[in-house]
Amino acid sequence: MNEATGQSGHTSALAEAPTPGGLPKAKSGRPASLWSDAWADLRRKPIFLISCGIIAVLVLMAMWPSLFSSVDPFNARTCELATARQLPSAGHPFGRDNLGCDLYARTIYGAANSLVIGISTTIFAALIGGLLGLVAGFFGGATDTVASRVTEIFFAIPSILGALLIGSTFRDSGLGIWLVVISLTVLGWPMTFRIMRAAVITAKSQDFVVAARALGAGPGRIMFRHLLPNALAPVIVVATINLGGFIAAEAALSYLGVGVQPPEISWGLMIADAQRRFLEAPLPLIFPAVFLSITVLAFIMLGDAVRDALDPKLR
Amino acid sequence: MVNGDRILEVRDLVKHFPLTQGILFKRQIGAIKAVDGVSFDLHKGETLGIVGESGCGKSTLAKVLMALERPTSGSVLINGRDIGRAKGAELKRMRRNIQMVMQDPYTSLNPRMTVGDIVGEPFEIHTEVAPKGDRRKKVQELLDVVGLNPDHINRYPHQFSGGQRQRIGIARGLALQPEIIVCDEPVSALDVSIQAQVINLLERLQNEFDLAYIFIAHDLSVVRHISDRVGVMYLGKFVELGKDTEIYDKPAHPYTQALLSAVPVPDPEGREQRERIILQGDPPSPANPPSGCRFRTRCWKAQEICAEEEPLLQIRPGTGHESACHFAETHDVVHIG
Amino acid sequence: MKKTSADVLPVEGVYGDEPLLAVDDLHVEFRTRAGIVRAVNGVSYTVNPGETLAVLGESGSGKSVTAQAIMGILDMPPAHIPHGEIRFKGTDLLKLSEEARTQVRGQRIAMIFQDALSALNPVFTVGWQISEMFRVHRGMSKADAMKKAVELMDRVRIPAARQRVNDYPHQFSGGMRQRIMIAMSIALDPEVLIADEPTTALDVTVQAQIMDLLADLQRESQMGLILITHDLGVVADVADKIAVMYAGRIVERASVHDIYRAPAHPYTKGLLESIPRVDLKGQDLYAIKGLPPNLLELPTGCAFHPRCPYRQDNCVTDVPPLYQISGTRGSACHYWREVLDGER
Repeated sequence: MNEATGQSGHTSALAEAPTPGGLPKAKSGRPASLWSDAWADLRRKPIFLISCGIIAVLVLMAMWPSLFSSVDPFNARTCELATARQLPSAGHPFGRDNLGCDLYARTIYGAANSLVIGISTTIFAALIGGLLGLVAGFFGGATDTVASRVTEIFFAIPSILGALLIGSTFRDSGLGIWLVVISLTVLGWPMTFRIMRAAVITAKSQDFVVAARALGAGPGRIMFRHLLPNALAPVIVVATINLGGFIAAEAALSYLGVGVQPPEISWGLMIADAQRRFLEAPLPLIFPAVFLSITVLAFIMLGDAVRDALDPKLR
Repeated sequence: MVNGDRILEVRDLVKHFPLTQGILFKRQIGAIKAVDGVSFDLHKGETLGIVGESGCGKSTLAKVLMALERPTSGSVLINGRDIGRAKGAELKRMRRNIQMVMQDPYTSLNPRMTVGDIVGEPFEIHTEVAPKGDRRKKVQELLDVVGLNPDHINRYPHQFSGGQRQRIGIARGLALQPEIIVCDEPVSALDVSIQAQVINLLERLQNEFDLAYIFIAHDLSVVRHISDRVGVMYLGKFVELGKDTEIYDKPAHPYTQALLSAVPVPDPEGREQRERIILQGDPPSPANPPSGCRFRTRCWKAQEICAEEEPLLQIRPGTGHESACHFAETHDVVHIG
Repeated sequence: MKKTSADVLPVEGVYGDEPLLAVDDLHVEFRTRAGIVRAVNGVSYTVNPGETLAVLGESGSGKSVTAQAIMGILDMPPAHIPHGEIRFKGTDLLKLSEEARTQVRGQRIAMIFQDALSALNPVFTVGWQISEMFRVHRGMSKADAMKKAVELMDRVRIPAARQRVNDYPHQFSGGMRQRIMIAMSIALDPEVLIADEPTTALDVTVQAQIMDLLADLQRESQMGLILITHDLGVVADVADKIAVMYAGRIVERASVHDIYRAPAHPYTKGLLESIPRVDLKGQDLYAIKGLPPNLLELPTGCAFHPRCPYRQDNCVTDVPPLYQISGTRGSACHYWREVLDGER
């Protein structure tokens, strides 16, 4: 009897509480889930929309560079050594580089290689490291010991040296920039692995995992329904920060002769080339560097927005 | 009130956690004897309270009953079948009959799942219980049963208070319509004014669905209120087991007497005259329990025989219920004073 | 008594009629991004030498925040004390310089916490941590301070103190760790000891040992003891007088016998009635309906009105003052007479 009054007491108290923004009301009939609520939340977030807009433009640039530039930088006739390092002028908004090629066109055409390398490496490293980390953290024991030792071996290899080794060994494989992606992935996943494994171990000790086991949930459900959503946040943050690092690492590899090679164009390559004469002509370095920074920033913003949207407490 | 059918039979249950040394070549150097020979029955619709201090093995016992830990030896028979040895599909089917309510309503609900997903998860795991189209309705019914607003199905746990979260946990436990629910300290994390609400709810649900509870708690007055029978645990063993009135009014084991006398009574009248048995020291480590009677190191009645011979849990002369003490005699510690 | 730095504290002043410690109309608020959390809204209580005051309340009632304000260990900001006085022997602690405050803290007013494990530093031996009190505040040599540490461990009845003085906190059980905390808190002979849920994390039999120890220590030294707890049983066992807190206010103040015999506030009454009793077995427990209040949006008028069975219209609009019932007894309920008479 008292119980009944108790219930009505607090249900009404809850009903009076303001519905937190963005959560669809139950009465709309569609069941909510973490992902659908996160999506509903993201769609209204300016940061998410801005970063998506920037990324869309970059992707467009990578796929159809001719939409942005009428000059074809692969056509050698567009370069004139005589006009090398010319400052911005009509028709050449960014000026010309050390070889007298149009800087604007090269920056636009360089987006493709840089984005493919940055995004693919980030995704592959996050997938491989994340999955292995999830499995190692969840099963623990021998699985964890083996996976962790293997990771430590990879950690011990200096990244550039390792990538150099892979790159030069398989130089003639015809994989092109995918060779860069593979070598950076091979050396990039251990970081994600460690972060995921630590986050999974923390989440695993919580009671809701015990509760799921008591209900009869199998390893797959526990890993993907319970552990993954609770361990994803730090992985997203690190992955988006690493993205810039991968694009920059590609530049170092190109510089050492195993990455993207001329006449191919990439921002890394352009930055490496322009470095030598930076003091005389800063613009050939500044423009690709600015594009690189904007790309990295856009992905970090995207990562932040996604991470926040996946935390119901922050909505 | 032991009238229903026997649905749970626990026999000589032992759970030891090995203590190992070395990294590559692990060598067992001993064992934590968390549960060390426990036997009891549970009948339909009955509540068995289990009390004891931290480290006595009551939470490990709950985990073994729930098949979250495999017993080292002994059996846990649910309707005649041993859940401790069940595997795969059979274990999954048996889980439908025994569910749990956990202590901490803050960590026992996944913060990234909606209440609908949390309470509906049992149906997703045991798809045969409810056809897909009915699940949402069933979840809303369950929320209603535990006194929550069914419209809050799309909310997340952090939008609820501690007491409401515990109701969500109870709804999840009820979803598969089990016959047995193991409640591990279900109210100890809640505010005083909310505890009574949750206890009333548990009692109402018991009557409504004919549930049997294993009610584990350290709060003796709550256990007394809800239990039909009570078992007192010390260092992995039951030292006394009987009806609630037998345990509280006629405790026979010195440990039970000390435990009851140590409970602060919420009444200041006559507090100076009240009998207090204050035990010395702490419970010994379950890795290295004393020989014979495990309580003898803190017991004021201990004699030589206590170190040599382990007292069995049995009905002793002059007492009406089982106790494990060579010198058992009933002594009302609560009502004196 | 030898002259020590503690005796030249600024807190001597007039101490004639003043209680040992008086909290007077204390307000504490936390300025957070979500808004102002009014944790303490005009709390007053006093403690005298040898007296035990129990402050009873649930989480969020402001009982611990008040204690932290007395100790001067609130993080400010976000905490803020817009109004109120905390007088120790007549001197308002809130007006003291930080330096003078540090002198009072730990030496004249000490505190023990619920979680003894996290309050002790895991990388130092317990002997070192206890003796630190003497080295830092009394300028003792290492050897002398260690000797005092052993004495103190004996005093709080840690068996084999001399052998265990060089052990680390993790080597002690929960009850023993709480004894070590108590030893540290009484090291400098404080005049007021605040115990914030000192036994909540402990088992029943160990809890009895600790409460017993605190009572003995208090008898020996005539400390004023403020016991902060949510446990009605512990209160009934040891307290002389009680302040019941709800939503940052004292809702009832009385001697321990009065309050258990006949509570004068519906909240106190509800708490007492919700205790499981033998004669009510098999029946529903009395349950206070509803939920504890949200401190960001306190209910208007009496904060307890949404959950109160005695509610009348004016409870929604008028904040009840602490009505004086008799002597020091008070209840912040417009209808305390009805509550006292048991009418409903």
